[in-house]
Amino acid sequence: MSVQVIGLVKKYGEQNAVDNITFEARKSEVLGFLGPNGAGKTTTMKIVTGYIPQTSGTATVCGFDVNTQAMEARKKIGYLPEHNPLYKEMYVREYLEFTAGLHKVPLPRKQVEAMIERTGLTSHRHKLIGQLSKGYRQRVGLAQAMLHNPEVLILDEPTSGLDPNQIIEIRQLIKDIGKEKTVILSTHILSEVEAVCDRAVIINKGVIVADAPISALKDQFSGQTIITVEFRGETSAKALQTIPNVQLVKNLGGNRWHLSATLDHDIRGDVFTFAVQNKLVLLELHKEVHSVEDVFQQLTKQ
Amino acid sequence: MLSILKKEINTFFSSLIGYVVIGVFLILMGLLLFVFPDYSILDGGYASLETLFAISPMVFMFLIPAVTMRSFAEEQQSGTIELLVTRPVSDWQIVTAKFWACLILVIFALLPTITYYFTVYQLGTPVGNLDSGGIFGSYIGLIFLAGAFVAIGVFASSLTNNQIVSFVLATFLCFFFYLSFDLLSSLPIFYGKTDDLVQAFGIQYHYNSLSRGVLDTRDIVYFISLILLFLAATTLSLGRRKW
Repeated sequence: MSVQVIGLVKKYGEQNAVDNITFEARKSEVLGFLGPNGAGKTTTMKIVTGYIPQTSGTATVCGFDVNTQAMEARKKIGYLPEHNPLYKEMYVREYLEFTAGLHKVPLPRKQVEAMIERTGLTSHRHKLIGQLSKGYRQRVGLAQAMLHNPEVLILDEPTSGLDPNQIIEIRQLIKDIGKEKTVILSTHILSEVEAVCDRAVIINKGVIVADAPISALKDQFSGQTIITVEFRGETSAKALQTIPNVQLVKNLGGNRWHLSATLDHDIRGDVFTFAVQNKLVLLELHKEVHSVEDVFQQLTKQ
Repeated sequence: MLSILKKEINTFFSSLIGYVVIGVFLILMGLLLFVFPDYSILDGGYASLETLFAISPMVFMFLIPAVTMRSFAEEQQSGTIELLVTRPVSDWQIVTAKFWACLILVIFALLPTITYYFTVYQLGTPVGNLDSGGIFGSYIGLIFLAGAFVAIGVFASSLTNNQIVSFVLATFLCFFFYLSFDLLSSLPIFYGKTDDLVQAFGIQYHYNSLSRGVLDTRDIVYFISLILLFLAATTLSLGRRKW
């Protein structure tokens, strides 16, 4: 297990910023850490990186406890904090070489060059960090996090403030890294989770409300599948109820209907048979896909 | 730790701080020692560098806080401290690296004043009629004093994310530790009884003792303890995110 968090609690005064959360991130997996603002995402990440200690519970990185074996654990982590803090008065290369020195990276110059190449900073490597645009600063932030080839990458809102093209580039980069390493990525942009992550942990008010692969997440929490169907020709709710396994029927106006069924039944075949038997022409038949948005709203609303 | 030291020194010389500090110190010293008639060695008629060693602590009291004020305050302001302390380096290593970087800058400022020694050496009658031992001791004392001021300054910087607060606090603490124990010792409750002991808490007492040219271990132990005390306090202050 690359990152393992068990029963983590962080108290600020009386308030529990993080309240007994347990999750793990595996190798070659991008884990999305999802939640509304102030849910405890950043706090959890700060604990895992060893910046602040937890009130109780344990966090381990590659088997090293982040408190008692801090130095070993820190060597395994690449960290991009929230707001991506950088030394603005340093040059891109100078900063990356400084980072390489802190991590005692072997062949630092070569590694820095490779990372500059990989993050697309080649044309900016002799510039002051303070002169870079936000997108390029973000790349510098990612470059410093990945420089020592860490097993675990912890990225706190890595795409915030970027333009759409930059977002796509950075996401692709994260996806590539995720093939070999463990990536934990926090965000409140839901489409990002769908685009990049293999699995999502949804956290709300310091408590985990969902922990599942993205695909499972989408239908797991609705508890039912919904089919949208449109016929040419009249039919009635009563008639539709006779289709096997249909639980609820809702008219959407005209001859469009929502049919809901339990998760384990795909009723589309039955709907087709029903249309044939009743000599109705089927104009539309599709399964409603729950977006992560729906799930997120459902799980995190007051 | 060496990477942090190197980075800090690079920052001094890639920004104006390094040049301004060294420049201002040398111009001020040059003016006081050789131009302003009230202090000038040339008008004083004695081949000694006493003025240099009497005035340097006062100048350091303002200049060193200016050097140290950004060391932690700026990192805490911009958030880079979070990245720095989550690297595989201990808080103590970060603190000592910053301490040495600032001290090295101050020593750089001090180095060119060695030429004053050779100047005054030539001015003596007969040539070389100069208390070389005293000057050597004074330099050692001045470096220790600078070390103490740097430790105080780094500590003040770690307390806040505002560089001005850090500067003012450091100047006050430097003043307090340099002068105020001497001044306090003349209070009626200490005077004539424990005034010696009270004075021994201050920097000036030990600095003057080293200036005589006798490297007394008591003075050296005092300076090293004071420096370690403030560096430990800085480490503690840096760790307050953990409280």
